[in-house]
Amino acid sequence: MNAKVLDLMHSMCFLGPSLLGVLVFFIVPFGVVVYYSLIRSNLNPEFVFLDNFKALLHNSSFITAAKNTAFFSAVAVPLAVILGLALALLLEARIPLKSQFRTFFLSPMMVPVASVVLIWQVIFNNNGVLNSLITSLGGNTVDWLNSDYGPLVVITLFLWKNLGYNMILFMSALANIPRELLEVADVEGASPLYKFFAIKLRYLSPTVLFVAILSLINSFKVFREVYLLTGNYPYESLYTMQHFMNNTFASLDFQKLSAAAVLMAVVMVIIIAVLFKIEDWFGKDVEG
Amino acid sequence: MRKKRLIGRTAVFITSAIFAIAFLLPTVLTITNSFMTQSEIDANYGQVFQSANSGSTFISEQVNLKFIPDKVSLSQYVRVLFQSPEYLLKFWNSVILTVPIVILQVGVASIAAYGFTRWRGKVRAAIFFFYVILMLMPYQVTLVPNYLVSRWLGILNTRWAIILPGAFAPFSVFLLTKYMRRIPVSLIEAAKLDGAGEWQIFTKVCLPQCRAALYSIAILVFIDYWNMVEQPLILLADAEKQPLSVYLSQINVGEVGVAFAVATIYMIPTLLLFLHGEEYLVEGIAHQGSVKG
Repeated sequence: MNAKVLDLMHSMCFLGPSLLGVLVFFIVPFGVVVYYSLIRSNLNPEFVFLDNFKALLHNSSFITAAKNTAFFSAVAVPLAVILGLALALLLEARIPLKSQFRTFFLSPMMVPVASVVLIWQVIFNNNGVLNSLITSLGGNTVDWLNSDYGPLVVITLFLWKNLGYNMILFMSALANIPRELLEVADVEGASPLYKFFAIKLRYLSPTVLFVAILSLINSFKVFREVYLLTGNYPYESLYTMQHFMNNTFASLDFQKLSAAAVLMAVVMVIIIAVLFKIEDWFGKDVEG
Repeated sequence: MRKKRLIGRTAVFITSAIFAIAFLLPTVLTITNSFMTQSEIDANYGQVFQSANSGSTFISEQVNLKFIPDKVSLSQYVRVLFQSPEYLLKFWNSVILTVPIVILQVGVASIAAYGFTRWRGKVRAAIFFFYVILMLMPYQVTLVPNYLVSRWLGILNTRWAIILPGAFAPFSVFLLTKYMRRIPVSLIEAAKLDGAGEWQIFTKVCLPQCRAALYSIAILVFIDYWNMVEQPLILLADAEKQPLSVYLSQINVGEVGVAFAVATIYMIPTLLLFLHGEEYLVEGIAHQGSVKG
């Protein structure tokens, strides 16, 4: 037997179980989802091509969900990247209690979502801590969770939960920047600002990409918090994509569901491709 | 110059400290409030949760964010542990969903990662890239396929509907492959010269090298699934089978005190993992580095 065939057989022995599982649980059913998105109904499998997608784009709850989700991600993801990097730079300084601070920043990871939500309610409820503070200062109170400020509350929750993780990623990337380069810059009298933009940011670009993608995915998970805060039918500004999916599941409208899932997959692939391209262009002269 | 630097450092220290305290606050609050009696909770947060038994208890006009209980009481814990078996049942549900997922996912992934490490090629590189894309897909994309396949296999509304897709999720494959590719090839070649087969190289050379990685990935996967909400909501219609992470949100408004105690109990496994394995966890996160390559 030639070596190539033997290699293939060996590699398939190891990759096999995982590939099989991925095929059965993700790829094949996703193919079915694509098929469902193109037919009239499961009982009447007539090809209607893009009709389901057109119907989806005219569905007002889908539009609301898509808008809210896009807005949330567009605000929360850049903030998560910038503040995560800022925290990492903060902890680069020679200060006491550094490792304790790191632990504290990471601590939100271990808190169950539901108990976080409890605390958030205590703070942001119409009769909550924030409003009583505002009243005592003589300001006008806002029903935070049932107003257009809702996304703001959820963004703080998102940042609180994810910044520590992002910070660790940036800290390890900062530690991998060649010391000599920074020392040369010091000798040459470069300003801290110049050192950051001309050297550090260059080396950090793969990490910036990674953190951006990670935060983007986590921003789609924020439904969890919103659901626990406000239930299945929240104030309009808090109606996310996952609410739409859950409520459509209840009516078992597979054409709508499938079209939404396919559309979302396409959008995700486009976003990821764009981010990869940006990173290629930005970090091309540095060895990742 | 030196004075200026000292001032700068102090400013950095104070900023970090403020952030750190803000980050730690909700955790501390959950734990300390779990030791309050129901009447103290009502007095503090009655306005927020408008507790059902408000007639019998004093409700303050102002909401009171309190850290230290007037009197440390274990009454909430007694209720959770001895008087309301449903909480422990839900806790057990969480365990039997999460533990198999962690074991299976890390097991399947370590075998696959070895495959991706030892044999490279255009097709395998393409498959690996595909795994990365799949890993990046949000639940909104994968839940419908999950639902369909569970229905087709007849495991909808059983815990296998959650465990099986979890076992094959590509996250661990991605992370472990990145680790294994750092193992010096000479080590593997040496084992091969000694006459070891691939399975032996995998178990005797590769896995021991990855011990820290396996541990840190297991922690990450555990935390992720311990807190799951989306999957059980869709795939486990039966409320009895749902994990505590979902149930915790449905605790009656009159039982906020219990909710704090349950949340604290629910935090214990992650807290222990965190305290015991923080270094591994940090290393595990740090190794993710970039998505490509």
